[in-house]
Amino acid sequence: MTRSIKLWALLGALLFVAGCSGTGNWGWYVIDPSTPQGQSNVRFLIGGFWATIQLSLIAAALSMTIGLLVALPGMSTNRWIRLPSRIYIEFVRAIPLLPMLFWVFYGLPVVMRSMGMPITIDAFWGAIITLAISDSAFTAEIYRSGIQSIPKGQTEAARTVGLTYNQTMRYVVLPQAIRRILPPLANQFIYIVKMSAFASVIGMQELTRRANELVVTEYRPLEIYTLLILEYLVLVLIISFFVRWLERKMGSDESR
Amino acid sequence: MNAERVIEISSLNKSFGDFKALKNVDLDVSLGERIVICGPSGSGKSTLIRCVNGLEHYDSGSITVDGIALSAPRGVERVRAEVGMVFQQFNLFPHLSVIENLTLGPMKARGLSRKDAEALAMTYLERVRIPEQALKRPRDLSGGQQQRVAIARSLCMKPKIMLFDEPTSALDPEMISEVLDVMVELAQEGMTMLVVTHEMGFARKVADRMVFMDGGEIVETGTPSTVFEAPKSQRFKTFLDKILQH
Repeated sequence: MTRSIKLWALLGALLFVAGCSGTGNWGWYVIDPSTPQGQSNVRFLIGGFWATIQLSLIAAALSMTIGLLVALPGMSTNRWIRLPSRIYIEFVRAIPLLPMLFWVFYGLPVVMRSMGMPITIDAFWGAIITLAISDSAFTAEIYRSGIQSIPKGQTEAARTVGLTYNQTMRYVVLPQAIRRILPPLANQFIYIVKMSAFASVIGMQELTRRANELVVTEYRPLEIYTLLILEYLVLVLIISFFVRWLERKMGSDESR
Repeated sequence: MNAERVIEISSLNKSFGDFKALKNVDLDVSLGERIVICGPSGSGKSTLIRCVNGLEHYDSGSITVDGIALSAPRGVERVRAEVGMVFQQFNLFPHLSVIENLTLGPMKARGLSRKDAEALAMTYLERVRIPEQALKRPRDLSGGQQQRVAIARSLCMKPKIMLFDEPTSALDPEMISEVLDVMVELAQEGMTMLVVTHEMGFARKVADRMVFMDGGEIVETGTPSTVFEAPKSQRFKTFLDKILQH
């Protein structure tokens, strides 16, 4: 761990020295906050944070809700109840994100119009729908593995003290399962944050889109994309710290 | 005994794939009767009592509990309201405290207020003699204490009938008696009980009737004194020899 930190520090220092040495190949001035131009550029780039965060949070919340609604019937003993859930997971899981994004953004409004429901889907909601649906197939499987890891005796005991299926899930199974699935759910959330970069191709003004636009005017891809990567790094590290805290709070260390 | 019948099981059949777990089992239980079911592993004894409250589906036959057929609409739910169950592995809810384990059913299924449910829970925790553990988590309790909590949890639902599925098999030997003592008290209070166990001392003390199962069938029934002194079938004799050896 400390070794990799040293390595990164070294790499960062090298980049910086190379940038300041003025050999001509580097141009950190584009994002140098001490100059008015650099400052306005950085402000423009960082301005994408809020959109990326909004996009990721709403998509993740939807994905976790849809995932649960898909996972629960997927564990039924009745195969006809199980089937639609399996089909949804297998189908959605097979669609690459980018084609699905194009289909939702350009195709879905046409489908809806032909069904008599004229709606417009802007880039923001197009990206959210796509991210949420595409991710929900994965969260559904995470829920399933978490719920199935809870011993059957827990459900049996809950049912024998008179709880209904829904109450058993809500008060007995899910509270125990959630501690176990928190780490993979966090993974999925980080994945959504990174995949939200695709929203840039349909014109959503998030981090990646802004970087692209600045590159087109400044012709400094290396410096701008380096900053872009660091922006995602900061975002993901914040999430990681938050998840660690949540794990401690919820006692994901119950096995001790 | 001329009491009303609370459980009627007739020609019950159940298979797990090719394995016949229950073959034409008939058993009637009267109110207040204590029945001990024993038999070698795989004989169908656990399957039989798990069928009574619908934890296991059966293939054919019928079960009626307190006048409610399991196969009736909402039959399983209505039967479960009358029947408590204690498991070999306790199955306490590990994420809840002891008292929350007890109040969950009364509050969510019976709609009791937290205050009433907690008062109810405390009376039963006192009866199983561990009121001082109310705020602990199950994992901080010994096996014997956990099983007594599980018994109290069932009693909080005021069941008419209690099922025990090998309640002492997962316990260390020194903890068996504290659980059996609670069960004996329960029997003395007149609870109808179906107990799957190999504790023959307990059977002698409380059982009105012994049921010996083997290969999915009821091979022999009778009062403890008659079956222990003179088992009729060779299979029961062999079984008793094995478990009474030591």
